[in-house]
Amino acid sequence: MWPATFGLACCAIEMMAMVSARYDAARYGAEVFRASPRQADMLILSGRVSIKMVPVVRRIYDQMLEPKWVISMGACSSSGGMFANYAVVQGADKFLPVDIHVPGCPPRPEALIYGVLKLRDKIMGDPSLGWREQYAAHGTEEGQRPWEAGGIEVGRAGSIPADGRLVSTPGDGAVDMESGRVVDLEATAADMAASKSAAEASEDSGA
Amino acid sequence: MPDAPGLELLAAELNSRTEGSILGTSYEHRQAALIADPDSIRETLGFLGEQPHSYTFLSSVHAADYLPREPRFAVHYELLNMARVERIRVKALLADPGPGGALPEIDSVTDLFPTAEFQEREAYDFFGIVFRGHPDPRRILMPEDYVGWPQRRDFPIGGDPVIFTYDEDEVPGWTR
Repeated sequence: MWPATFGLACCAIEMMAMVSARYDAARYGAEVFRASPRQADMLILSGRVSIKMVPVVRRIYDQMLEPKWVISMGACSSSGGMFANYAVVQGADKFLPVDIHVPGCPPRPEALIYGVLKLRDKIMGDPSLGWREQYAAHGTEEGQRPWEAGGIEVGRAGSIPADGRLVSTPGDGAVDMESGRVVDLEATAADMAASKSAAEASEDSGA
Repeated sequence: MPDAPGLELLAAELNSRTEGSILGTSYEHRQAALIADPDSIRETLGFLGEQPHSYTFLSSVHAADYLPREPRFAVHYELLNMARVERIRVKALLADPGPGGALPEIDSVTDLFPTAEFQEREAYDFFGIVFRGHPDPRRILMPEDYVGWPQRRDFPIGGDPVIFTYDEDEVPGWTR
């Protein structure tokens, strides 16, 4: 994973230390800080996000190519931290889907590397941990306009009904919560209709 | 800093030039301050900036909110004479024009001290004090579409309540 070169506050010093020889994030392949969001797939929010900074952060996030992940580093970007005031966003997940929260003020470089490793586990492991399911954020993929596709339900984690395995999406697809894959309902219906007509045809020929 | 008698002499000199331009003085912790009439602030600062007093450098302009004291607002000008290494503070007290949304106003000194341009914008941004004649009266630090004057004392601090085990019952709706 290549992080975007993007420092917000004092946590950025620890973020820079992460790639130094002492901590050496290169061991895990996360050392290449790319100067362009087009070449990065991980955004580390390293510090407090002021409300004036939100459109900038969001634009950088939108410029990154899919797939992309966000690590919220430190107390400030995760919850506002000590800056419980008028100027600072109280938690970056109010405007971004955050995959990993690394606690600390600031977190040590080891903690941030641990967060990178947790993100790697998340990506390679259970797909139901994916943030699109968690935030019911289907339709925000590159090139799609969720507000044009009929609107998405903005929900919090846990707002998905426990009994329903399918989460509706703006298109005609649905997400299988177990596999994390998008099931195309229309194609499935067409398949069923085709097999039904085939069965009828075979019945006809049999008679 | 001028000492206390020097401050009184300066106030008397300013009052003799423009009657009523200095409303009072204060000398505390070896710091001299003139309480100036906001209507003649340009004359006062212009005179202090010229010979012979030569406080040529305006090192800071900032605002203050003294709620519930009246008059409520103040604009502080910190002047510096770099040759004598001598400072003087000029305070202009501004009354709150009341609840109708009207803002307190004072003349801009940007043409006398160009450094005042950004600092007056900052005072406008955080306290809602309007500087008449300012060349670019916009917000400077807060977002352009921000509503309110966040450094005023009656402005809510904002932020989310922080939940600890001892106060989770007192914060309604935190488990939405």
